[in-house]
Amino acid sequence: MQQIIYFFLRNKNLLLFLFLFLFSIFINFKSNSYTSSKIINSGNEIVGYIYNHISGIKNYFNLIEQNKKLVDENKFLRDLIINHKLDSINNSVDYKITSGNVIKNSYSLTRNYITLNVGENHGVNEDLGVISSNGVIGIIDKISSNFSRAISILNTNLNLNAKLKSSNHFGTLGWDGQNPYYVQLKDVPKQAIVKIGDTVTTGGNSLIFPKGILIGSVESFKIDNSQNYLDIEIRLFNDMTSINHVYIIENKKIDEIKSLDE
Amino acid sequence: MNNTLRYIALAIGFILLQCLILNNVNLFNAIHPLLYIYLIIYFPIINNRFIFILLSFLYGLTIDIFCDSAGIHAAACVSLAYFRPVFLKLFFGMTYIHQVVKFKNIDIKQNIFYVSSLTVFHHYVLFFIEVFDSSKLFLVFEKTFFTSIFTIILVLLLNIFLKKK
Repeated sequence: MQQIIYFFLRNKNLLLFLFLFLFSIFINFKSNSYTSSKIINSGNEIVGYIYNHISGIKNYFNLIEQNKKLVDENKFLRDLIINHKLDSINNSVDYKITSGNVIKNSYSLTRNYITLNVGENHGVNEDLGVISSNGVIGIIDKISSNFSRAISILNTNLNLNAKLKSSNHFGTLGWDGQNPYYVQLKDVPKQAIVKIGDTVTTGGNSLIFPKGILIGSVESFKIDNSQNYLDIEIRLFNDMTSINHVYIIENKKIDEIKSLDE
Repeated sequence: MNNTLRYIALAIGFILLQCLILNNVNLFNAIHPLLYIYLIIYFPIINNRFIFILLSFLYGLTIDIFCDSAGIHAAACVSLAYFRPVFLKLFFGMTYIHQVVKFKNIDIKQNIFYVSSLTVFHHYVLFFIEVFDSSKLFLVFEKTFFTSIFTIILVLLLNIFLKKK
């Protein structure tokens, strides 16, 4: 018994190091699943509060640019209303949209996350899609009462269903962890006719995003190692290094669709 | 007691500096210097390594919470704290064994080697765990190399600046 206690006392530094090191790695692997910790993410109240205040200061420096983006978007929406004679009264609303601001954004890691200043109190839930006026940004994975954290599209763990706008062939969209301006679309059948500059949008197979939300344009493509599928390099419409105003999309009929699968 | 408070304030200062300012500095697309390891590199040599390792872990974990990096900074900081004596022995030899190393009056050459090796070690552990994919080893080396350059420069500059004061 004494021997064992001596052993622990003599090696306490090594044991502490091993314990803490393995614990960190454990958190890291667990963070890939949905059940990970509620505290160790920037969506919690304290960190959210700090980032919120700092981003308030930072926003003053690019008000002009953000305003221009919003005006451009308004112009586009006005154009839709006038030219397509959209009714403002429409009872069958499939998607609910909430607006929010990005208070923290990263794009230099391989698994990036975005913190938003909206949370449970604003009607935001886990697993909702986040988009900006230019296209897809990510999916919310953690919420607290006033803040939430979204998995960025620039995260090697995020896979989205995406399709070519022109031909409806779809594939899996992911990121290789390198350039924040490009993402990769894999598993597109090689029969698909792809041209450089084609638009890529979200496919309809996902319950999170509605069909047809913009993602990016085809930059280059090649046949993959198995010789059956295409690997397509896509340039994002969004500049992920500068995002501020975002919209959170909630699919109102998600429960109905899910109940069919059961 | 006074010293303890001073180091707590320094730690909070470094965490805020790293998370609010340096994480937004993105040189060449996606490189940002990790200046926060300054505190672990130049933490006074204390006999109680147990506390030092534990504090480094908490320090790294706080950075993780801010950066949403889930444990990678904590793991790298713990490794840095645990293996620091190895590097101290390597670069300061007898002075370290006799416990008379004072970071205030080490010469510049030793300082550069010491900081560079610790930084590269920390960054390699960090990016290796972050990427954790054997097919992307080149990406790990690339990230380690470029980030280390900027971190080393910043750490040395800050050290010279603080010494002069």
